Amino acid sequence: MSNKKSRIIRLTLSYLAILAMVAIVVYPLLWVIGSSFNPGQSLSGSKMFPENPTFKHYAFLFDTEKSNYLLWYWNSMKISVITMVLTVISVSFTAYAFSRYRFYGRKNGLLTFLILQMIPNFAALIAIFVLAIRTGLIDTHLGLILVYVGGQIPMNTYLMKGYLDTIPRELDESAKMDGAGHMRIFFQIVMPLAKPIIAVVALFSFIAPLGDFILARILLRDDQKFTLAVGLYELVAKQFGNEFTKFAAGAVLVAIPIAILFLMFQKYFVSGLTAGGTKG
Amino acid sequence: MEGLTTATHHRRNATLLSIIPGFGQFYNKQFIKGMVFLILAASFAIVFSEFLGLGYWGIVTLGEIPGLDNSVFLLIDGIIALIITIMGLCVYAFNLYDAYQNGKKRDLGESVNSVRQQYHNLINNGFPYLMISPGFFLLIFVVIFPILFVILLAFTNYDLYHSPPGNLVDWVGFQNFIDIYKLDIWRKTFFAVLAWTIVWTFGATTFQVALGIFLAILVNQKDLKGKAMIRTIMILPWAVPSFITILIFSGMFNESFGVINKSILPLLGLESGLPWMTNELWTRLALIMIQTWLGFPFIFAMTTGVLQSIPDELYEAANVDGASIMQKFFSITLPLVLYATAPIIITQYTFNFNNFNVIFLFNGGGPAIPSQNAGGTDILISWIYRLTMTSAQYGKAAAVTMILSIIVISVALWQFKRTKSFQEEDMM
Repeated sequence: MSNKKSRIIRLTLSYLAILAMVAIVVYPLLWVIGSSFNPGQSLSGSKMFPENPTFKHYAFLFDTEKSNYLLWYWNSMKISVITMVLTVISVSFTAYAFSRYRFYGRKNGLLTFLILQMIPNFAALIAIFVLAIRTGLIDTHLGLILVYVGGQIPMNTYLMKGYLDTIPRELDESAKMDGAGHMRIFFQIVMPLAKPIIAVVALFSFIAPLGDFILARILLRDDQKFTLAVGLYELVAKQFGNEFTKFAAGAVLVAIPIAILFLMFQKYFVSGLTAGGTKG
Repeated sequence: MEGLTTATHHRRNATLLSIIPGFGQFYNKQFIKGMVFLILAASFAIVFSEFLGLGYWGIVTLGEIPGLDNSVFLLIDGIIALIITIMGLCVYAFNLYDAYQNGKKRDLGESVNSVRQQYHNLINNGFPYLMISPGFFLLIFVVIFPILFVILLAFTNYDLYHSPPGNLVDWVGFQNFIDIYKLDIWRKTFFAVLAWTIVWTFGATTFQVALGIFLAILVNQKDLKGKAMIRTIMILPWAVPSFITILIFSGMFNESFGVINKSILPLLGLESGLPWMTNELWTRLALIMIQTWLGFPFIFAMTTGVLQSIPDELYEAANVDGASIMQKFFSITLPLVLYATAPIIITQYTFNFNNFNVIFLFNGGGPAIPSQNAGGTDILISWIYRLTMTSAQYGKAAAVTMILSIIVISVALWQFKRTKSFQEEDMM
């Protein structure tokens, strides 16, 4: 009897705590969605449930005459996709080499990667900035992509190496016996088995450039070349919150697709990260 | 190999001859390989000699004529010259090594490899190098090069008044570090920023880890309904790009118009609201709360993954022994969760130590503090940004960057070494 009672108390308390947390998590997100439908321009008048909801801010963002929003969206997508492709290719190569071959310099290479993944590459932002000027890559998307890909390599190599280590080596050794070459083993035996971790690396390297603010801000000058992060920041910062509802609409349009994508792949994330995390 | 005595001295001769690349290989009758080395060395000398000379002159002097020599570009070229030299030396060392090895083979009476065998060797042993080279090459230019540049820059007086092309930059030794330690305003700022960085790192990370683990355990209770739904909602802050949520929060915390001061706090009886953006203390509090909101889902998801992999038998055995809920939690759940997530938790600490986005996007590192040249919530990384982008103190910024990197690397290496999962890794 008392057991049942304590169970009810425990569950009630749990539900209450969870309910409170859900409210805290959901409130800001609902609030920004509400803001984006507000008829006014500024932060001050915006309400979570506006009386006369309007789509005019969305319409404004889609009007290429007045706003660069679609351009920023396109830039961000382009940069993210190219970064993702290049990162997946180079990371698969390096991780495979580190996982499967024992070569001179391997240990030092691994240690270098371990250290490099701890310092974010924007710590050396002066250097990146000056180097970009020197090579003429300032204010180009190419420069930004190269910096992103380089910055992604150490951490993701570690992640993927950890996963590849769990794929039994007997598989590729028996393939070698059957006369398969290096490339064939890599492409036809190991990579198909590594699909889950490739999905994780791909998604990480797609999302990281989208969320990056500082490098894009340093390297990009021209309004037309901005990414979403820089563009939306300018929208808020420039006008002291006077364009807040437009920002809100822009934010909603970014957040919803990314969040859906993210939730779809979330399962892989956890398994990929804990496999890589416990193994190396 | 000293004890090795043979009638012939091929390995000595080959190595000595290889001082001119390729000749040792010719001596070993490996003509094609010798030609490759010779051509490589010759083209290296022809292509780079002028560039290397200029590069070294530049990195030593940093230019001599103001207005004509651009010190910073000279520094860049100097570093590139250094990198090219190191790569060249590696090939050269390999040339010597190869001549020695093949000479040794001949000394021992073995036959050296034929062209076909050499080709196979190259493919087999070179394959891992071939695979890592694209990534590694990129890494040299966008990660290692900037690190070298910052290290060197920390020993120069590069700032607004020593700024190319109008002026020259000079080497000043440890002056930047001495200034940071000795000049009052720098020392005060540095230690204030460092102290807040540490409080921030520990405060924000510990809260997000604790909340994440707590909620994961709460939701994981067997008889709780709607798990899938609750978990999806809990993950949302991780799923939405953080720059967006930070900007949203910065609107919500706005002192005069934000929803927190206007609607939420008055409900709790605080009619006038709180100075979230202008009072250092409240800004810091807001930042820690925001980071907890942003960061807990990651830990939540990881912990949930771990919890689902704990076998039920452990708890059943504990039940048989009559363990209380608390005992089960502290002796089964918590140790297992912490063990499995330790590396991830450590990366969270280093991540927050360098969490520029939340500091900068929320309030630009502000509010301003009168007696120092950093804002009240500036952490080291955002202070570096401020020094670089607003006050053009490049040399000082580089010095601070070096200090920051040393802190991060030493703490993280020390921690990783202590973590069991790292020791199990086959570093060999």
